[in-house]
Amino acid sequence: MIASGWIGRPRLDYPLLIVLIMVSIAGLFVLYSASDGNERLVINQAIRLLVGFAGLVIIALLPPRLFRHWSFWLYALGIVLLLATAMFGEGRGSDRWLDLSVVRFQPSELMKLVVPMTVAAWLHNKLLPPDWKEVFIAVVIIVVPMLLIVRQPDLGTALLVGMSGAFVLFLAGLRWRVILSLIGLVAAAAPIMWMFMHEYQRNRVRTFINPEADPLGQGWNIIQSKIAVGSGGLSGKGWMQGTQSQLEFLPEHTTDFIMGVIAEEFGLLGVLLLLLAYLFIIGRSLYLASQARDTFSRLLCGSLAMIFFVYVMVNGGMITGILPVVGVPLPLISYGGTSIVTLLAGFGLIMSAWGHRRFIR
Amino acid sequence: MSSLHHIKDEHAEKSLFRSRAKIAFFLILIALVILAARFTYLQVWKYGSFRAQADKNRIRIQTVAPSRGMIYDRNGILLAENKPAYRLEITTERLVRPRVAGKRISLSQALDSTLDELELLVTITPSQRNRFLRVSRQSKPFQAVPLRLSLNERELSRIAVNRHRLPGVEITPYLNRYYPGGKAMTHLIGYVGRIDESELAGLDRENYQANTHIGKTGVERYREALLHGESGFEKVETNAQGRVLRVLEREDPRAGQDLMLAVDVRLQLAAWEAMSEYSGSIVAIDPNNGDVLAMVSKPGFDANLFVNGITQSDYSRILNAPDRPLYNRALKGGYEPGSTFKPFVALAGLESGTINVETRVFSSGEFYLPNVSRPYRDWRPGGHGWVTARSALQKSVNTYFYELGVKLGIDNMHDYIQQFGFGQPTGIDLYGEGVGILPSRGWKRARFNQPWYPGETVIAAIGQGYNVVTPLQLASATATLAMNGKRYIPRLVRGLKKYGHKDVDWLSPTEGVPVPVVNPLNWAEVRGGMEDVVNSSTGTARKIGKGATYRIAGKSGTAQVFGLAKGQKYDASTIDRRLRNNALFVAWAPVEAPKIVVAIIIEHAMGGGSSTAAPIALILLDKWLIEAGHLEDETISSQIQDQQVMR
Repeated sequence: MIASGWIGRPRLDYPLLIVLIMVSIAGLFVLYSASDGNERLVINQAIRLLVGFAGLVIIALLPPRLFRHWSFWLYALGIVLLLATAMFGEGRGSDRWLDLSVVRFQPSELMKLVVPMTVAAWLHNKLLPPDWKEVFIAVVIIVVPMLLIVRQPDLGTALLVGMSGAFVLFLAGLRWRVILSLIGLVAAAAPIMWMFMHEYQRNRVRTFINPEADPLGQGWNIIQSKIAVGSGGLSGKGWMQGTQSQLEFLPEHTTDFIMGVIAEEFGLLGVLLLLLAYLFIIGRSLYLASQARDTFSRLLCGSLAMIFFVYVMVNGGMITGILPVVGVPLPLISYGGTSIVTLLAGFGLIMSAWGHRRFIR
Repeated sequence: MSSLHHIKDEHAEKSLFRSRAKIAFFLILIALVILAARFTYLQVWKYGSFRAQADKNRIRIQTVAPSRGMIYDRNGILLAENKPAYRLEITTERLVRPRVAGKRISLSQALDSTLDELELLVTITPSQRNRFLRVSRQSKPFQAVPLRLSLNERELSRIAVNRHRLPGVEITPYLNRYYPGGKAMTHLIGYVGRIDESELAGLDRENYQANTHIGKTGVERYREALLHGESGFEKVETNAQGRVLRVLEREDPRAGQDLMLAVDVRLQLAAWEAMSEYSGSIVAIDPNNGDVLAMVSKPGFDANLFVNGITQSDYSRILNAPDRPLYNRALKGGYEPGSTFKPFVALAGLESGTINVETRVFSSGEFYLPNVSRPYRDWRPGGHGWVTARSALQKSVNTYFYELGVKLGIDNMHDYIQQFGFGQPTGIDLYGEGVGILPSRGWKRARFNQPWYPGETVIAAIGQGYNVVTPLQLASATATLAMNGKRYIPRLVRGLKKYGHKDVDWLSPTEGVPVPVVNPLNWAEVRGGMEDVVNSSTGTARKIGKGATYRIAGKSGTAQVFGLAKGQKYDASTIDRRLRNNALFVAWAPVEAPKIVVAIIIEHAMGGGSSTAAPIALILLDKWLIEAGHLEDETISSQIQDQQVMR
């Protein structure tokens, strides 16, 4: 053991790591099919995964208290970046991207990790369950970045950020009546939200409620996605054989709608296998969280496990038409940079807590 | 660590977390089970429906046009064919968009520059260019849009040489309907043209989906169903943009049937030539089966102009030509039959018993109705003296028929002559046939709501007045006369050949309702009169009889187009061309066993029926009987005649 406790031998949780790697590799195969055999795309994604897993290992080596100490600074940095994005950002249709000349990235993506980290750090040395003042501060920590992200406009990410913070509060033992009244508050706020929504966001909700009303426009995505899923049947059409995806009827089939490709080509069996893998990842992460020695690690890791579930649920609900179309990627599989890296970084945090559970303080 | 730390109960907090984590996991489990249930519902329960929808998405049925049947004349000469042609097409997605000043030019700029380049190589009219741009805007970028049809050799080679500079430009072969017969055949064969909106309504859409053309006139239109064939189908897989990726299944189209016409192109062209510059019509029929051997309407026009859409200037030139080349005179033209009508009137008189073969009438040159001062004249001043029905036909003596008409009365005349098909369509296999007019009291009442005047009977008896016949009717009626009352429906198509079959399906001729024979001697007398027209020394058409190696029966006719005032003399050389008389001649040969019947109508001729029309008849009879050798044909017609005579 290294006495300082700063850096320890990497103590990775191999069951979790192996399942993560397996899902990622399976994802590359799906991506190869979804992109119609585009090797460059698959290699890009593989590089991102390698970077992500490297990040995971590095983060796992660092002790959790480091993140706890850094969290407020990271939070402050995130807010600054969000403000910068609002002023100098660029991107397709919305101001989400910040071009740092070397890498382009979305500060909002960073906040998915930083917000729960900060809330967990805030509650770390409080008596749990937190009292109302502490809850109020936590809510402020959550809502400020949310508002900045909503303005981008990126409702989906804002909600995810909000939820990741809220999960920390939930795991911290927030009283049920407070939880219920907060849920009631959100429900009451929904009509007000509607007023502040952009037209495209409203259309998504409208389309979700009745996709057939506009089968060639907004409803197209949902209808084609359901056809892709349904036509896959029990065992699927086979790898590279999905007509909906190969013939480009399925929209965004390498990114948000990639689960439609899985459902079409590998059928219900493939989907169930994937859902089982996700369930294992979530369950294992919650277990690892509960084994952590300090409050910060527990709350953060538990929240990350739950937000991972939200990704799966929102994406799966979207492609099967039970949830509205929200731009949420399928974790580990959808093509796209930042989300993979932040996700794997999250698992790095979980493994860090696990690896350092024996010699904190 | 912080001072608060000792207050924190690690154990209690851990168990609080664990209970919350358990609740969270439980809720997550429920949610994922719901999601799994949703997948199961879509993929198992609704599988059939979604599978069908996925197939409907990607599978499209494409129609494959059948190739149109050919049309041949009776000797196998091609009259309508599908000729390979080449069209110029542009596929917009293949256009190269070079960078100008660092920026790619737009698609429409690229298209414009390609079109400009092409204009230097081939003829492209502004309307072709506009049409192309319009269609191009409505098409997918991977679809080839035609710019020019039927490129000529020079244009083809120019494009071939410049191919490398013109990405996206393609030359595509296609089949173009072509009519090698020229102007003489157009009215008969007709032509195909682009399907228009009104035609689309009545079509079997499925069968015509891949077709752009349809028969518009003539045989092409009447036999559309046979010529068209049946479309084939291709089951293709397409992507979301509609691009065809592969053919899954194919059912080949069935080509249309080839048509074997009764028409003899050589006879048709001989008739066309013989008419020289005159307008008019000639119909030749084989009286033994109704085969139309020639059916000329002059002037004609080039059908090929119409196939791919005629240009405005060509169309107005044809439409506004004074001789109305678009008008099918043989089928629709209405002419006064004049003296060619007399044989039928004579037969009406004889068969009804109004007169007999010995009944004589004195021709003084003028005929008067009782209490009417207006004279009805003979063509020869001073008249022809005493004549019988036979000699009246031979010399075309009007007075005989004036008297006969008055005795017979218009309605008896109408009722008898109607049996020869006047005043009604012949039933030929073409659309739009004219019916002519065979007047009667009832007809006049219905048409003008006026009573019939006796004077009208007088001129009706020499084929004038209200009488209107089509050349086709005249030929068909004359054939009936030649055949002792036996009638055949005139027909253009006598055989069909299915694609890939060797044998021709010969159609049996269709008989019409025969004209009953009361006394065969009456018929023999009328036919004898017509024989004398050509063969006796005083016959009106004796000139053509001298040159023939077989016996011809005929009747000349000269119909006034313009009424002359009293005392005015008709002189063809001084009168306005359009007011000149029409010259008519009907004939058959050989007399004893008719093998061909001709009806000739020359509009505004310099001479009359016997001098202008009769020589044309001789040319045609010679062509058919001697040159084509049909004089030697064994026919059953003589037997038929004998049987009818004996009955």
